[in-house]
Amino acid sequence: MQHARKIGEPILTVEGVSLAFGGVRALQNVSFDVREHEIRAIIGPNGAGKSSMLNVINGVYHPQDGKITFAGKVRQHVDPHEAAARGIARTFQSLALFKGMSVLDNIMTGRNLKMRANLLLQALRIGPALREEIEHRAAVERIIDFLEIQAYRKTPVGRLPYGLQKRVDLARALALEPRVLLLDEPMAGMNVEEKQDMCRFILDVNDQFGTTIVLIEHDMSVVMDISDRVVVLDYGRKIADGTPDAVRNDQAVIDAYLGVSH
Amino acid sequence: MLKKNWPVVALIALLVAGLVAPLATGASAVGFYVEVLLGGLMAGVLYSLVALGFVLIFKASGVFNFAQGAMVLFAALAVARMAEVMPWWLAAALAVVIMVILAWLIERLVLRPLVNQEAIALLMATLGVTYFLDGFGQTVWGSDIYEINLGIAKEPVMILDRLFQGGILVNKEDFVAAIAAAALVAGLALFFQKTPTGRALRAVADDHQAAQSIGIPLNRIWVIVWSVAGVVALVAGVIWGAKLGVQFSISQVALKALPVVILGGFTSVPGAIIGGLIIGVGEKMAEVFLGPVLVKAFDLAGGGIENWFAYMLALLFLLVRPEGLFGEKHIDRV
Amino acid sequence: MLYRENGQFKTTYAADQQMLPIRQDQLFMVALVVFAFAVVPFIASDYLIRAILIPFLILSLAALGLNILTGYCGQVSLGHGAFMAVGAYAAYNIAIRVPGLNFLVVLVLAGLAAALVGMIFGIPSLRIKGLYLAVATLAAQFFFDWVFARVKWFTNYAPSGSVSVPNIELFGFVLNTPQRKYLFVLAIVALFALLAKNLVRARVGRSWTAIRDMDVAAEVIGIRPMAAKLSAFAVSSFYVGVAGALWGFIHLGSWEPLAFSITLSLNLLFMIIIGGLGSILGSFFGAAFIVVLPILLNQAPTWLGIPMSTSMISHLEFMIFGALIIFFLIAEPNGLARLWAIGKEKLRLWPFPH
Repeated sequence: MQHARKIGEPILTVEGVSLAFGGVRALQNVSFDVREHEIRAIIGPNGAGKSSMLNVINGVYHPQDGKITFAGKVRQHVDPHEAAARGIARTFQSLALFKGMSVLDNIMTGRNLKMRANLLLQALRIGPALREEIEHRAAVERIIDFLEIQAYRKTPVGRLPYGLQKRVDLARALALEPRVLLLDEPMAGMNVEEKQDMCRFILDVNDQFGTTIVLIEHDMSVVMDISDRVVVLDYGRKIADGTPDAVRNDQAVIDAYLGVSH
Repeated sequence: MLKKNWPVVALIALLVAGLVAPLATGASAVGFYVEVLLGGLMAGVLYSLVALGFVLIFKASGVFNFAQGAMVLFAALAVARMAEVMPWWLAAALAVVIMVILAWLIERLVLRPLVNQEAIALLMATLGVTYFLDGFGQTVWGSDIYEINLGIAKEPVMILDRLFQGGILVNKEDFVAAIAAAALVAGLALFFQKTPTGRALRAVADDHQAAQSIGIPLNRIWVIVWSVAGVVALVAGVIWGAKLGVQFSISQVALKALPVVILGGFTSVPGAIIGGLIIGVGEKMAEVFLGPVLVKAFDLAGGGIENWFAYMLALLFLLVRPEGLFGEKHIDRV
Repeated sequence: MLYRENGQFKTTYAADQQMLPIRQDQLFMVALVVFAFAVVPFIASDYLIRAILIPFLILSLAALGLNILTGYCGQVSLGHGAFMAVGAYAAYNIAIRVPGLNFLVVLVLAGLAAALVGMIFGIPSLRIKGLYLAVATLAAQFFFDWVFARVKWFTNYAPSGSVSVPNIELFGFVLNTPQRKYLFVLAIVALFALLAKNLVRARVGRSWTAIRDMDVAAEVIGIRPMAAKLSAFAVSSFYVGVAGALWGFIHLGSWEPLAFSITLSLNLLFMIIIGGLGSILGSFFGAAFIVVLPILLNQAPTWLGIPMSTSMISHLEFMIFGALIIFFLIAEPNGLARLWAIGKEKLRLWPFPH
């Protein structure tokens, strides 16, 4: 696949990560890397631990073992807001939108990290506080334009159809201007047209902003089309890692999906 | 494991230290100490009974029934007033019927419409029920102080005067209360473990949807639960009323039971009992022994420690062990 | 016809982000402010001002404070009466120990004291939520009830435990008439309402609402829960502390410790439920409701010609109160503010049916 930017060095490395909840072992000794500017897919049957893997990367879950290296810094675990501050953004499978707010406000919360004015200035709404509000509103409007949701900016998100809510989720993640974007099943529940739109957006984000993308996806055609490399998980273990073509023909992957016992 | 749980261990150690301090420092005669201890235990039994009602309802429906205290007093008032014109056991039986009807009304009118709201909305709804019952109860039954006469002698009895110098004063009523409470708890335990309805209640407490999917009728279960809680409230009310006289004051009853449930765990029946005893003893000890120390040290205008001791203890527990001694840990899945 | 946005185009973000973007709303607000400041002092009776308007304004301020914490940030507090007490006693102690200090400074210091206490008792909110947090705040309520009753220093060793304050003197004016007190309180409440409206639209306000709606997602986009929750406790307690100081100094004049008991805390909570959680306007509606209702209930029997004893009236009050709480929670969980918003929506179409 042609990229506007050349795929660079590994920006995110996962080493020997193991995660368990009580007796349930969600991840076992998983290691892989993600190169800058690439689109990396994580696939696998249900319950393979894909969402848990994303949760570990951005600190929602803390693994019992292993470490994550991001942009040179090695940590066993971070807090989610730290991960966000360092440039990792994500969307959720089950849409974690702020139901009490409009689309505009939801995306504006994504700009929180970049706003600095203190409490008193915000209360008086003068000077730096006012300038920030306007400046970041402009940035958010650019994202709204990019994702083509202008008509809905003042609508409370709870009232939007599912496909549009997913776009707002993406917009909010983009508002962080992240280096790495973790997408958890961004196309779940969408029809063909919506999927095409979402594919287009993801490719545009990768092209125009150079954002590295890690996505979990079930639709194989999407995965084959847009990803550069693929990681396959099954029962919490990594069973394949490589280009889409290589993975597609891997016997272990075929067995896992067909449910052959192993 | 001890190292990981050090805050809880430290807290419990602190409590135990406080418990034995008056004896260890010789600040109090042993007989007097035992009297205060027993008094605390008896108060604790009352708290436990009220907390039991909370736990039952929370276990089965996830609702925190702030109105439990008002239900206790409503039941007590009913018995007290009806007993003026009929034998007390008949009054109690009628009161059971009244409590069941009340439970059904609360479930139907207040809880069912709010079934999908968050916990805090339900809490505030039960607060509304408290206010309503307060006004309604006083309208129907009157607002004076009433007596419940259970036919038990009211004079305290001196016991164990060969063991401790001067003996220990104990109330017969308190004995009866403790026995009644024990019987109630045993009965409830049997009910939950051995009967089909009890098992259904436990299933509902565990997982509403799963219980529904195997055919357990949720609404009926909830009426049963509230009725049982109503009966527990009645027992608590009768015992409380016999001991202290019956009058309305919202603050006292429900609010004291909250710390008990925090300590014991919102979903644990044994927790409610043990939590109640700890709070009861802790309060009395703090008031009698710690109070004068504080008054001297800080030149305070009087005691009243027991007004906030239970809550401060609950706060400490919330910080080190929010699920209480016997409650279940809550895991948030994303 | 009257209430339409037609023709009002916004060409800058600044214009779109104004507090009252619709011209009719702006005019209405100006008219309201002018009426409140310039007309009411002349036409309202002393009784109306003392018994209704002043308590309404001060309780609105307190309700605003609680709404910031519970309505906007989703942290339940059943102990806000205690923070009002902190504000009142702090103001009292500062005023008598540093005589001659400008009362506005006293107010701000009292607010800061309450804010500090609020933040301390807000620390548990980092680990516990919902119901459990409510219990923690109750601990604050009962503890401070006791502290102000027993620790004699706070009441300046008054034998009865009550304190009383002289009239406030501000820039040469003594606030000794109801009209002057009213204008002073009105000015403060109007200012604080404006500041609150700005805060909830700003970065910090969005972080509060984000934490309320879904705290895990909020963390994931970089909002630090501690900063958001503690700032909510701080701002909320500041407001409530100032309200407490005003309550003691202007409305009560003298008070005992139980003036700030749990009844007050519960009343504040009811104000914001009935008025509307997460709404500045709602706080005012709720306060008006709670202030006016008992008076209505007291007078209604005489108007209707039905004789009723005062205790009966008080019981009825409780019953109606409780029933209304339940009614609002079931029928309109977003309170009177939502009803107001629905009314405005209908007004847009008037006189056309749809």
